[in-house]
Amino acid sequence: MNGTGQQPELSSVVSAKGLDLTFQTNDGPVHALKDVNLEINKGDFVSFIGPSGCGKTTFLRCIAALETPTGGSLTVNGMTPDEARRKRAYGYVFQAAGLYPWRTIAKNIKLPLEIMGYSRQEQDERVRNVLELVDLAGFGGKFPWQLSGGMQQRASIARALAFDADILLMDEPFGALDEIVRDHLNEQLLALWARTGKTIGFVTHSIPEAVYLSTRIVVMSPRPGRITDVIESPLPKERPLDIRDSAEFIEVAHRVREGLRAGHADE
Amino acid sequence: MRQMLAVLTVVATLIGLWYLACIPMNMQGVLVEAERAGAEVSPPDAAVRREMGGVSLALRNGFAVPATWAQERPRLPAPHQVAVELWDTTVMKKITSKRSLVYHGWVTLSATLLGFGIGTVLGVLLAVGIVHSRVMDMSVMPWAIVSQTIPIIALAPMIIVVLYSVGVQGIIPKAVISAYLSFFPVVVGMVKGLRSPDAMQLDLLRTYSASKGETFWKLRLPASMPYLFASLKIGIAASLVGAIVGELPTGAVSGLGARLLAGSYYGQTVQIWSALFGAAILAACLVGLLGLIEKTVLKRMGMA
Repeated sequence: MNGTGQQPELSSVVSAKGLDLTFQTNDGPVHALKDVNLEINKGDFVSFIGPSGCGKTTFLRCIAALETPTGGSLTVNGMTPDEARRKRAYGYVFQAAGLYPWRTIAKNIKLPLEIMGYSRQEQDERVRNVLELVDLAGFGGKFPWQLSGGMQQRASIARALAFDADILLMDEPFGALDEIVRDHLNEQLLALWARTGKTIGFVTHSIPEAVYLSTRIVVMSPRPGRITDVIESPLPKERPLDIRDSAEFIEVAHRVREGLRAGHADE
Repeated sequence: MRQMLAVLTVVATLIGLWYLACIPMNMQGVLVEAERAGAEVSPPDAAVRREMGGVSLALRNGFAVPATWAQERPRLPAPHQVAVELWDTTVMKKITSKRSLVYHGWVTLSATLLGFGIGTVLGVLLAVGIVHSRVMDMSVMPWAIVSQTIPIIALAPMIIVVLYSVGVQGIIPKAVISAYLSFFPVVVGMVKGLRSPDAMQLDLLRTYSASKGETFWKLRLPASMPYLFASLKIGIAASLVGAIVGELPTGAVSGLGARLLAGSYYGQTVQIWSALFGAAILAACLVGLLGLIEKTVLKRMGMA
């Protein structure tokens, strides 16, 4: 139940064993990750939740090869994170949309496609497809400032989806948006996940968001950053927004909260 | 409309102050001329007058005030005198004439544009190097800063002498001085601009395994455009100053700098001032033109 990956499954896409990461800072070493063991299976929707400094973003960045672990092993699709990145294993969505103001939405989505060398025709086709996927059809010619914050974030998700990566890594993608927009985007993200069957790693600090979205919730705690609990969600795959009032949902949320509290009590 | 009124009020005030300043500045000279012409001036002793201030002389010789705005060689020419001289030397003269300010302006402008071009290219190249190489950042940047602490008026003659001794003269030495002044703002602005993309945007490109070249062309360069234009505006004004300064120590016979120099040799203050205004108008046009290009480019890029 705690997902430390005792039984090696063929469908495992991310596998971390005894992962350690220590940053050397001016104030001495900071233990960002300590002995992190986790298996993420194909098609999983895994949320990472915890207070700031618990290493949830750092772990995601390790998977994306944006940080290099100082100990333990980490494989993505059976390769090192670096190799996996070169094989375009994942798309990354940051907290801010980070669209280029000098490119239209369509041209922004083309950015990775240009770098990866897709043909002009294929680029257009893919842009059309992903714009439809995130409900932004017809907005390709607009500049980012002409779109609302929620639409911009959807465009950035489209950008991450454009090149067919199997894994979608999302670092608090809706953190800067208001509650109503967030609910809406969460619903859309689930629909997208159901349609595409991607594996999603999702960093958040909102308990309801984590419980609503995930098949598995990884609870983390800080100093040193570590996993304190991994919760398999009993909720069905079909999740209307009002599932959040169900007894099961409240129970899972309660367990997450307990896990977070336990992590704090350790200090 | 209200803004227009405010602008005009400021301009009118400045011109008014200028006319007022002409009175004490030119009073001494006017009184000497008036005395020679047989007018009664107060006090009558020239030696006593020399010790007195322009304001008190003006107060005692009110009749002479209009003459302070119409001297042939005033200490401070009145606005209309400068305007008339400007008109005479631009519109009324053939532009091939040695007395045409358009001719002299073009001589200076060509050196300015050449120097500006060299300075901009050099500045951009240095900035690209500085952003991509830590060694260049640490070795080039300090020299670029030091280079700007040397007064150009001290350096200009040396540049001209050195270049002359290797057989380079004419427009090139002036352009070099002008490039020397204009590359600096471009370096500083471009370094800032090329570094303006934040960590997240750089991380995003890393997730695509983008090369340094792709990061430069697709992210750094477009992001630096607003900074580049701000630098170019400073750079082109500095270029013009450089070209004019380059004309001073050579005893050049043409160019706005030559006009300034000739004017000061012969006490032709009106000529000096009109050359100064010519240079200012030229600079304003150049900066304005760059502003226009900036607006067009940024609008096309969707950033304005």
